[in-house]
Amino acid sequence: MGSHTLLGHVVALRTVATRTALVVALCWSAASGTALAQSELVGSWAARNTEDISRDSYPVDYIGIPLNNEGRTRALTYNESQLSMIERQCEGWPPFYFVQGPFGLKIWSETEPIKGGTISFTIGGWEDRAPITIWMDGRPHPSKYAPHMRGGFTTGRWEGTTLVASTTHIKAGFMRKNGPPSSDQATMTTRFYRHGDILTVLAVVDDPIYLAEPQIISKSFQLTSAPISPIGPPCVSGFEGRKASEGVPHYTPEKNPFVDELTKLFRVPKDAVLGEPETMYPEYRKKIKASYVRPEACKSDCGAAPAR
Amino acid sequence: MSTYGRSIAVLAVAAAALTGPARLNGQNRGAPPPAAAPPTARASAPIDLTGYWVAYVNEDWRYRMITPPKGDFRGVPITREALKVVNAWDPAADEAAGNQCKSYGAGAIMRVPGRIHITWQDDNTMRLDTDAGTQTRLFKFGAAPAPAARSWQGDSAARWERPGPAPGGNAGAGPGSLAVVTTHMRAGYLRKNGVPYSENATVTEYFDVAPQPANGQLLVVTTVVDDPIYLLQPFIVSSHFKKEADGSKWDPTPCSATW
Repeated sequence: MGSHTLLGHVVALRTVATRTALVVALCWSAASGTALAQSELVGSWAARNTEDISRDSYPVDYIGIPLNNEGRTRALTYNESQLSMIERQCEGWPPFYFVQGPFGLKIWSETEPIKGGTISFTIGGWEDRAPITIWMDGRPHPSKYAPHMRGGFTTGRWEGTTLVASTTHIKAGFMRKNGPPSSDQATMTTRFYRHGDILTVLAVVDDPIYLAEPQIISKSFQLTSAPISPIGPPCVSGFEGRKASEGVPHYTPEKNPFVDELTKLFRVPKDAVLGEPETMYPEYRKKIKASYVRPEACKSDCGAAPAR
Repeated sequence: MSTYGRSIAVLAVAAAALTGPARLNGQNRGAPPPAAAPPTARASAPIDLTGYWVAYVNEDWRYRMITPPKGDFRGVPITREALKVVNAWDPAADEAAGNQCKSYGAGAIMRVPGRIHITWQDDNTMRLDTDAGTQTRLFKFGAAPAPAARSWQGDSAARWERPGPAPGGNAGAGPGSLAVVTTHMRAGYLRKNGVPYSENATVTEYFDVAPQPANGQLLVVTTVVDDPIYLLQPFIVSSHFKKEADGSKWDPTPCSATW
């Protein structure tokens, strides 16, 4: 056998091996069906904000957050002037804010170059919320003693076309920007359902310290060709006039001056304003039927007049 | 046969064994299988939506659990035409005219606080009843809904959305969704205080389930209302429900325009 003939056989065998490996890979991938059953999430997703616009414009508005007594009491101590303290200016908001806030989502992925699998998805951050990286490569969550980060630590898996993400290692922060707290023991399970150009995100937040039952948040986004450009962090803090010697701005819970504001404006019962869990079930509507008197006309926060 | 050819043949058999054993066995018997009737919507359901579900009202609370004041349309992208309707809202007149169910139509009913009960009316029709307003929706799979007089709940065409197919005709892994498109409705209200949708509106909905710890289950309904008359852009909301073990809390109440 000449050297050229031998070389030819070697090349042929290597080609067969390569093709065979490729066919095996394709067959296996096809048989498992998983690759075909996922959804593409990468892109810019606009928030249309036609539901539950982030309710942080009233100092005491905990409607829809099933707080326990400890969470409610702590929420009532919150004074938004805390954000003028130099050490708190860049605290940012926990990961839940990506589905609560008014912003759209920019999602991108990192792809493994050999087999083309997805290593991770990243939901871009804003200047007051850290990016969220969803690890898809099977890595475990870190030890419970590992540092907690602003964006938490998130792993993901597919249930058919639905991406299910699990977030732990979140820093203590707030369930809403006006003071209801979240602890560093809070966890979040998020499901991403894509239907054409609509992406519905369902987030279930468990917090054994401040919530009486899981907080459920859902919001839909719409795919847009207009790119969403995530910005920041980092955040740069600056002196805003409050000195360390002046202490932490706060209210005593029973003397929060804003506790009746929503009741006066919209006649929302105080139980609901303060996030009592029973106020989120239909029975509560029947309970207040006899006592509720609808304000005659909307005087504040009624909606923007249509341009056309 | 070359080495490569044999490899491919072996792999093809292996792939067939992995992906389509039933079909392979059928071919081996030598006789074509009898033509099977296409599976019904009920038999081919990728998710089970049946049962009792309670609305968990923690979003848009001010617009759902209490009747908002006249003129409050925050968050709804209404047109100027719609603003006239908003400002003319008169619940007593609606009640007197027999239109007390105007805020219980298909464009809004999934936002109404209450319970829903989902069953199969027949093999290709899913039925959704509400205790609040005692409404009934029929989701018809397959053939287009027959034209009928306009109603609060309109005509709903349904289909299953499934994960992408795996080779061999097998269903993809994981759950699917229910998609429903509703037209032919009577004009109604998106919110109790007279924020309108017209009879030209189309309501597109997606029903997804989410397993929870301790055998719990959540249902998420994404609703997209398109209306060329009263909306500048689609009105999109997602409502969530918790599964209940039984109907012991089912409490039918009639429509009301004033509460």
